[in-house]
Amino acid sequence: MASLGVLDSANLNGGQKLAVKYFTVAIALFGAQVLFGLLAGLQYLYPDFLYGVLDFSVNRMLHINALVVWLLFGFIGAVYWLLEDESGVPVVGLALGNLVFWVLTLAVVVVVGIYLLVQVGPGEMKSIWLINEGREYIEAPRWADIGIVVCMLAFFYNVAATFMKGRFTGIGGVLVLDLVALAGLYTAGMWYTPNISMDQHWWWWVIHLWVEATWEVLVGCLLAYGLIKTMGVRRKIVETWLYIEVALLFGSGILGLGHHYFWIGTPEYWLAIGGFFSALEPIPLVAMVVHAVFDAGHHKLKSTNNPALAWMIAQAFGNFFGAGVWGFMHTLPQINLYTHGTQWTASHGHLAFFGAYATIVIAFVYLAVQKWRGNVWMSGELVGAWRWKWAIFLLHVGMIGMTMALLIAGYEQSQIERAIEGSGWMGYFAAQAHPWFQQGMTWRMISGWVFAAGFLLLAWDLLTIGSRESRPARRLEPQEAMAVS
Amino acid sequence: MAEMTTNYWWASESFWKKMAIWITAASAVVLIFLTFDTVAKITAGGKRVPAYSVINHRIDYVFDEKRNHQVPVIGPEEPLFGRSLSESEAAELVNKGKLTVQAKNCMNCHTLLGNGAYFAPDLTKSWLDPAWGSKEVREQSMIEFLMDPSDKLHNALGRRMPKLGITEEEARATVAFLKWMSAIDTNGFPANFKPIDQADTPAEAGAQATPAAAESSPVQ
Repeated sequence: MASLGVLDSANLNGGQKLAVKYFTVAIALFGAQVLFGLLAGLQYLYPDFLYGVLDFSVNRMLHINALVVWLLFGFIGAVYWLLEDESGVPVVGLALGNLVFWVLTLAVVVVVGIYLLVQVGPGEMKSIWLINEGREYIEAPRWADIGIVVCMLAFFYNVAATFMKGRFTGIGGVLVLDLVALAGLYTAGMWYTPNISMDQHWWWWVIHLWVEATWEVLVGCLLAYGLIKTMGVRRKIVETWLYIEVALLFGSGILGLGHHYFWIGTPEYWLAIGGFFSALEPIPLVAMVVHAVFDAGHHKLKSTNNPALAWMIAQAFGNFFGAGVWGFMHTLPQINLYTHGTQWTASHGHLAFFGAYATIVIAFVYLAVQKWRGNVWMSGELVGAWRWKWAIFLLHVGMIGMTMALLIAGYEQSQIERAIEGSGWMGYFAAQAHPWFQQGMTWRMISGWVFAAGFLLLAWDLLTIGSRESRPARRLEPQEAMAVS
Repeated sequence: MAEMTTNYWWASESFWKKMAIWITAASAVVLIFLTFDTVAKITAGGKRVPAYSVINHRIDYVFDEKRNHQVPVIGPEEPLFGRSLSESEAAELVNKGKLTVQAKNCMNCHTLLGNGAYFAPDLTKSWLDPAWGSKEVREQSMIEFLMDPSDKLHNALGRRMPKLGITEEEARATVAFLKWMSAIDTNGFPANFKPIDQADTPAEAGAQATPAAAESSPVQ
């Protein structure tokens, strides 16, 4: 075994060697997301900035696509990270997994190149196939869609077959079933129709049933594993909680889909069904907070990996506030009529994606760098610990600042553009020119710079944390260690 | 803690495992059932989402007392660009418009039916927007704007739509798509919208206040 504190892939099992590749690309794409977010934010303040070169539509598309892809890379990485541990056997198709990684990464590079250099195409099917589908979050052209599906099938085969060869833990069982749904749902968003109501109806099957159902359950699995690993929480407890979360998440989230069917041409019964079930959606998120905080308190915050634990606690709260509270605030149709399609959505989107998903991926990357360096000490009094602490602090200050600024802009828009002016062109610009909106955009930009600083510090920390440590990782107490095995 | 999970049935692993399976399955079944109904109701040609040939008619957005919000109202014949189209011609034109909307990435600045980005106005009722001036110049203004918005006045902020290489054919198709979209019944979204004056005579303006569809509430 290599000496402690030195990056050495000999410290990792097969699945984990693949996982760190995914994590590396994920963090790079996180950086791209921040970069294009900054450019798009600047265009609110300086409309001529990059006009006609990299227009807002291009920056915004790259901002949200980088988000989706870096989270997916992070999730795939996290699943490969825990796969051999959970199943007890090596990944069955590691060569296939590696091939898929390179294919996916190459496809991402090509698609980003097309977005940047070609940007738009003529109004023909060939543009949909080759350039850009023009559908928020899933803009990737059709050829890439097909590639993604093939890669996801290969990934799913690896996960399912490895668990089948080894053992199915509770986490493994939920994970495999969730991945079936997650991959299957993507195909609902691959089809073209001239009918915009039909288009958005199926588009929401992908977007909502990913982020408000299957992704949440995936995160539940990752959090369960993370709590076992960092604190030795008993498996029976985390798996019971996981089943509770699945019941509540799917029980509220599947029919909660209806809150996207208020205004797109879909029937009126969705107003009641969507309003009711989506109002229940915060409940599982409360359960997840209670679960994570209770376990952390029960183990007196003694963990084998403090940064990972901190990011998992951040996940519990971020998920609850970002997805739960911020979602609930405008989920009822009576309110949503005025907030739908304003910066309210942007406020909710920012805090929810960061709180629920970015956090857990970052936690897993911290787990990975620890083991990659020979399972080095990452508990209290870690050398250079200021970096991870300042990174998590700056990222949160930046994110909360952006969320609040966007929320104020959203309130102002709901009032002036929607309630008073009635959503026409004049009303829209009356609201955009209002000082409250403009101040909101300024504060969002300032917060964005803080967030970017936090990202740079995070990236630096991930590259260096543990490199000057020579102590082995904190050992779990004997009864804790028993829980893990 | 260990005792808690073993002593109470409601806190047991096996109970919640079964609950997870049954609740998920039941929700999925309800969703699938509702999806069949919804898909039937939003297929173009129905009450909520009109046939593409609706672009041959005047479309208005009028307050409905019974539903307590504005609803689209299909008015007298008023063909787009002065030429009445058959159902298949209209479908082809709207289809071209939708392809243009996607290929030009409209949704990453605008919202359509309220979904998209928030850098530019919502397009749900853009066909009815009074900002186009008057009914007489609307079609031509829209085409010219779409083909090159870069030198046109937008607002005092200096925020402008870029020139996206939209051809005249694509611009006309996009206008057709926008006109068709304005006829979708969106349950009153956007609220309080003030449509462009489309009356031919002042007398007609008064008569317009009665929505043709007021008698039939589409659902329930």
